[in-house]
Amino acid sequence: MVECPVCGAEFELEDDAVEGELITCADCGTELEVTSLDPPEVAEAPSEEEDWGE
Amino acid sequence: MSLKIGLLHSLVRPEEKLLIKEFRKHSGVELQMIDDRKLSFNLGRERFDLDVVLERCINHSRALHGLRLFESAGVRCVNSSGVATVCGDKILTSVHLQEHGVPQPEVRIAFTEESTLEAIEEMGYPVVLKPAVGSWGRLLAKVNDRDAAETILEHKAILGSYHHSIFYIQQYVEKTGRDIRSFVIGDECIAAIYRYSDHWITNTARGGRAENCPVTDELGDLSVRACRAVGGGIVAVDLFETPEGLLVNEVNYTMEFRNSIDTTGVNIPGLVVEHVLRVGREEQERRGAA
Repeated sequence: MVECPVCGAEFELEDDAVEGELITCADCGTELEVTSLDPPEVAEAPSEEEDWGE
Repeated sequence: MSLKIGLLHSLVRPEEKLLIKEFRKHSGVELQMIDDRKLSFNLGRERFDLDVVLERCINHSRALHGLRLFESAGVRCVNSSGVATVCGDKILTSVHLQEHGVPQPEVRIAFTEESTLEAIEEMGYPVVLKPAVGSWGRLLAKVNDRDAAETILEHKAILGSYHHSIFYIQQYVEKTGRDIRSFVIGDECIAAIYRYSDHWITNTARGGRAENCPVTDELGDLSVRACRAVGGGIVAVDLFETPEGLLVNEVNYTMEFRNSIDTTGVNIPGLVVEHVLRVGREEQERRGAA
């Protein structure tokens, strides 16, 4: 179980989650990053930077 | 012998998740996740036990330098740092397209407000001003008249960092509501989409809507030529339709494809992975023969 750092909602990570994965809090819509699988932890995802892209 | 693949990434977006899933379908593949935020290079002393690195960074600057550093340590990379260098800079992309005879809209480059204004006036309005380095349609400016040109150039020169004063000017191409993105892997154009938008910027990252686009001979041939012009590998090519034929707008080297798999019916990540594994086997054979 992880807790959204913005709204406090608690939810389970998907079984195939990986570190660094971007996910969205289903309650508040905040973009989160999976920062650890064991123990499961999430943090607010980094903001877009000038050289982000494809 | 198993294949050792490094996946160079930062944030893991849906594209990287799909690639991981595809890698895991192949037996005999060891996938090593390499987070660029945790990486440091000890120049000249690094030894990586990898056959190939697939670059999927979200930051262009990290991708560019990370690739060059891995190559310096003897690791083959997809795409190569050379491709990242060319595709990451619109001026270099246009130069390479020009040198390889790949049709593109008229492009001019200038280094001062005055010479840029003069170039724009010669081209005629509208034109598009683009940062040489940038993505997702950020900071593109459609310049409709001299008043707008003067204002935007002044803002760029005063408010922007120095690289916003290298002015890339592209002829504006009327898109009739859509443009094309094609996906090239090696010597094959594997799929393409139309990107529809009411806005003149059609990037799906900016809300453009995707539909399947048949890969005609013209589209496939031009896409592959554009890919070769920037050094080959795995790229997404943005093209304009004009009465005179297709024109190449941009070439992207860390392509996004999440919205294009269902749209085209093509397993794009599966084909990317097959290509990377092919490169890895070539690399193993090359080292074995050496």
